[in-house]
Amino acid sequence: MLEYKSIEELVSAAVAAGGAISDVVLADQAVQLERDAAELYEAMSARLEVMEASVKAGLDPAMRSTSGLTGGDAAKQWSHAGDGGVCGAFFGRAIARALAVSEYNAAMGRIVAAPTAGSCGILPGAVVSLLEEGRCTRRAAVMSLFTAGAVGMVIAEKATIAGAEGGCQAECGAAAAMAAAAVTEILGGTPQMCADACAIAIKNQLGLVCDPVAGLVEVPCVKRNAAGTAVALAAADMALAGIASRIPADECIDAMRDVGESMPCSLRETAKGGLAATPTGERLREEIFGKRQ
Amino acid sequence: MNVFDIIGPIMIGPSSSHTAGAVRLGRVAWKLLDERPVRAEVELTGSFAETYRGHGTDKALTAGIMGMDSDDERIRRSPDIARESGLEVSFTETAIHGAHPNTARITLYGESGGRVQVQGASVGGGNILITGVNGMSVSFTGQYNTILVLHQDKPGAIAAVTQFVAGSGLNIGNFRLSRSHRGGEALMTIEVDGAVPAGLMESLRAIAPVQQAILIRAL
Repeated sequence: MLEYKSIEELVSAAVAAGGAISDVVLADQAVQLERDAAELYEAMSARLEVMEASVKAGLDPAMRSTSGLTGGDAAKQWSHAGDGGVCGAFFGRAIARALAVSEYNAAMGRIVAAPTAGSCGILPGAVVSLLEEGRCTRRAAVMSLFTAGAVGMVIAEKATIAGAEGGCQAECGAAAAMAAAAVTEILGGTPQMCADACAIAIKNQLGLVCDPVAGLVEVPCVKRNAAGTAVALAAADMALAGIASRIPADECIDAMRDVGESMPCSLRETAKGGLAATPTGERLREEIFGKRQ
Repeated sequence: MNVFDIIGPIMIGPSSSHTAGAVRLGRVAWKLLDERPVRAEVELTGSFAETYRGHGTDKALTAGIMGMDSDDERIRRSPDIARESGLEVSFTETAIHGAHPNTARITLYGESGGRVQVQGASVGGGNILITGVNGMSVSFTGQYNTILVLHQDKPGAIAAVTQFVAGSGLNIGNFRLSRSHRGGEALMTIEVDGAVPAGLMESLRAIAPVQQAILIRAL
């Protein structure tokens, strides 16, 4: 049975089995949960369907969050991406999908936490994009979520996936690493390439603080979901190009834990530092909740 | 931890602690009342009191009080649904000494006169900790299937209940008893491993000193 204590363990197991990381993870989870592999596949497929529905719902231009701080931006990005934008249509729409799911979450929509609600847009931004744009089969997309899940389990085991403990790098950073590995696997990368994509994604989110305005999962969370998808896609492309991470994925995760532990409390989801403490951040908080007692 | 803890849960946003956990707190109260609620008084403390409007915590609690689960699409419309169904909900900000920052105290009144009070906290990731039922001190998280048995404090009550639990093949992982006073209202909190077989809850309700037996399913 897998212990999910290192990315290296996942890569070795996949190589030994002559398959993808998702194959060994699905087989292992079936044993650990005492359920049929087919049943777990269906359960994961149902989660992909919720992701797809949340993308669609979040693209509604009229949608707004309860606080009124966010909503409607995914629709703007979607229409802008249609013209190609700077990044090209695929990349532009991937960003729009990440925004859509994250804005839908803020508007009390139904989402899949991946790994958290605050970072729920990143994985669909990457994986649903590949599926909807005809870059992979439905089966490959569902299976890639097992790889993403395994990467998330290792990060939760070795470090943390809670912003209150490790900052935004723990939530959006973990989600980007999960998405990078998933995309790399979907596009035919080897297990080692998945590990490299994971490492590159973590390196590029390292140190990111959790500083939500008014303590709400909106500003800057929604746009950081878009950036998380962008980092994941860039990391996957580098790994697929054959670029290795000089620092192995497991050591990147250790570094993320150490950086998180050395972050001051004000930058770990307390809404007391960073963007939350800017004059505009404070003003928005007062508009929503009234003056601080 | 398994792969669905990371790719999941499926939930209504925006926050696992301020929304999903809040739904579950309300739902525990709804389950305990065991009839249609007509009035709910919700007291909020700490972060819940400060931020409940922006997070939709009020909507989440209202949804839970009506029996909705944390992935129910109707949560964001729950205040309207409550009004239409004749449920009156009030929220007050209060200080509960020594309580976790995300604590709610919910008092529910049912259509046939029932009343129940539940105090609990949303402790992160959608997990909850129930700390009080009808003024009695309890402690359970909802991570295990939890059987709550409200009964009259009298000799043999615990033996009768646990005998049925044992007879159904269930292993008890944790057991706690609290009572208001000798011979008064008492509450057993029984956390069990594995699935609770059909029929057990009915058997427990049929035991003489038992007033109410409910099952809070694991997260």
